[in-house]
Amino acid sequence: MADSVNLTIVQFQPRKGDYSGNLKRFERLFDRLVNIEQRPDVIAFSETVLTGYFVEGGVRDVALPAEVFARDLNGAFRAHCTGQVDVVAGFYELHENTYFNSAIYVTLGGEAPYIAHVHRKLFLPTYGLFDEERFVEHGLGIRAFDTRWGRAAILICEDAWHAVTATAAALDGAQIIFVPSASPARGAWPQPDEEMRGPASMHRWERLARDRAEEHGVFFTVIQLTGNEGGKAFPGGSVIAGPDGDVRARAPLWDEASIAVTLDLQDITRARASSPLLADLRTMLPHMLRSLQRAGERE
Amino acid sequence: MKVVAPIVTTTTPPPLALDCALATEWLVAFLRAEFKRRGFEKAVVGMSGGVDSAVTGFLCARALGAENTIAIRMPYRTSSPQSLEHAKLIIDSLGLTERTVDISAAVDGYFATEPDVDGSRRGNVMARMRMIALFDLSAKYRALPVGTGNKTERLFGYFTWHADDSPPINPLGDLFKTQVWELARYLGVPDVIINKPASADLIQGQTDEGDFGISYAKADEILNWLLTGYKPEEIVAHGFAESDVNIVRKRLDSTHWKRKLPTVAMLSPTAIGESYLRPVDY
Repeated sequence: MADSVNLTIVQFQPRKGDYSGNLKRFERLFDRLVNIEQRPDVIAFSETVLTGYFVEGGVRDVALPAEVFARDLNGAFRAHCTGQVDVVAGFYELHENTYFNSAIYVTLGGEAPYIAHVHRKLFLPTYGLFDEERFVEHGLGIRAFDTRWGRAAILICEDAWHAVTATAAALDGAQIIFVPSASPARGAWPQPDEEMRGPASMHRWERLARDRAEEHGVFFTVIQLTGNEGGKAFPGGSVIAGPDGDVRARAPLWDEASIAVTLDLQDITRARASSPLLADLRTMLPHMLRSLQRAGERE
Repeated sequence: MKVVAPIVTTTTPPPLALDCALATEWLVAFLRAEFKRRGFEKAVVGMSGGVDSAVTGFLCARALGAENTIAIRMPYRTSSPQSLEHAKLIIDSLGLTERTVDISAAVDGYFATEPDVDGSRRGNVMARMRMIALFDLSAKYRALPVGTGNKTERLFGYFTWHADDSPPINPLGDLFKTQVWELARYLGVPDVIINKPASADLIQGQTDEGDFGISYAKADEILNWLLTGYKPEEIVAHGFAESDVNIVRKRLDSTHWKRKLPTVAMLSPTAIGESYLRPVDY
């Protein structure tokens, strides 16, 4: 396991439905982000990063198998880069004749990409301005997975709004939880927190990221889409929270941006030693599972 | 032990107060994105002399530049001269490109064939004539028409169907009227425009609040509660007059059709907008 991870998060503004055009932009982007003195180990992108989020029935047009998505990312990487890099990226997936909102963790640079994991979004927002359940199916599981630097997990957008998902990922050994998201901005009223500007929905995201990170002693990384889709603004404001619930990096509002940070994985050790909440939970888990089972069976 | 008095807590709708700097950034980003995506650099805005079109003009000037914002004044012969002056005030203060199109001859030409036309029909014909002019000039200048309707008038159905509501983009449509006033103050819209009674100026002496029977301040508060999911009796219990709640609810409930596209008979399993679904920017 590595001591540290060089992580770059990218809030990207895709052109709606233009998978090939957006992929072409990735070639230049990889060149800029990778061919620098301090190369990233991982580059993390948002949910549905190469198509845009609100595609409705267009899911049928833009969804593709994870192997094809990985191959395309690998091609974009190898256009100008050598060596290896890991990528987290969201996409509409066609898997076993079924559509999902998914995110991949893939190592690029080899003759063929290596897919470490595909996470399929469990919690599909279907309320207010959202209508996901109409177009894609639910993923059914959360698991952490091994990478070249340590252990990771992926949640997608609303997945992360349910505390239990981060709990499952952390108990499964995740050190960094990646959360590719596409969260339209809502709420233009004044906020009491002067440290952070932005729509009310972004404040909620940051609070959530810090709480999830601190409760489980993990790095919690929210990577937001940016741009405007039919009047709905994806504001950016991506955030990386450290295992003490501290904000390690915050991307600007409204614009495309990348942020490179080095995460010291020993911060996790120190945070968990000071506040062993995850260990306490593991001890009590059999009892909690019984409680959850009973509560889940309540009519 | 200190015994704290019982605390009664209750939830309320989201605040109507605006972070005006944030809202401005948000709306400027919206305008820039929509113009870029649609391939336009210039906007045409119907500049009435009221606060909605003034704020729209300010936002377009910020997003696209004053030189790319074309303000169209479209008076009818009975329109208030003050409206024309106030529109000019905005145009001059921002340095917008100006066109004035007198719609009187076009409107009266139609009315000549319909001598019994009443006030409501006259207003609708004027509003539609203005949109004919706005869309035609948008073609002339290779510009995108920008709508100016606010959320309150959209929720009240206080517009002419397929007229005021027809421009393809609208930066103010999710802002209540009182929020537009707040944003206007922040942007520097002259007080004389902000402080005058809002009016569609279709009939002499007409005011919006006179037509509604309720002030925008009260209407916006009640709409905010209704849209958040509170029942009328719950809103009354929070101190609003039942008569005011009824005015707002009646206008809201009777105008849903105005906020929709025409109703199409569905026969197939691939009806557009029902089963065949693609977003506007796809």
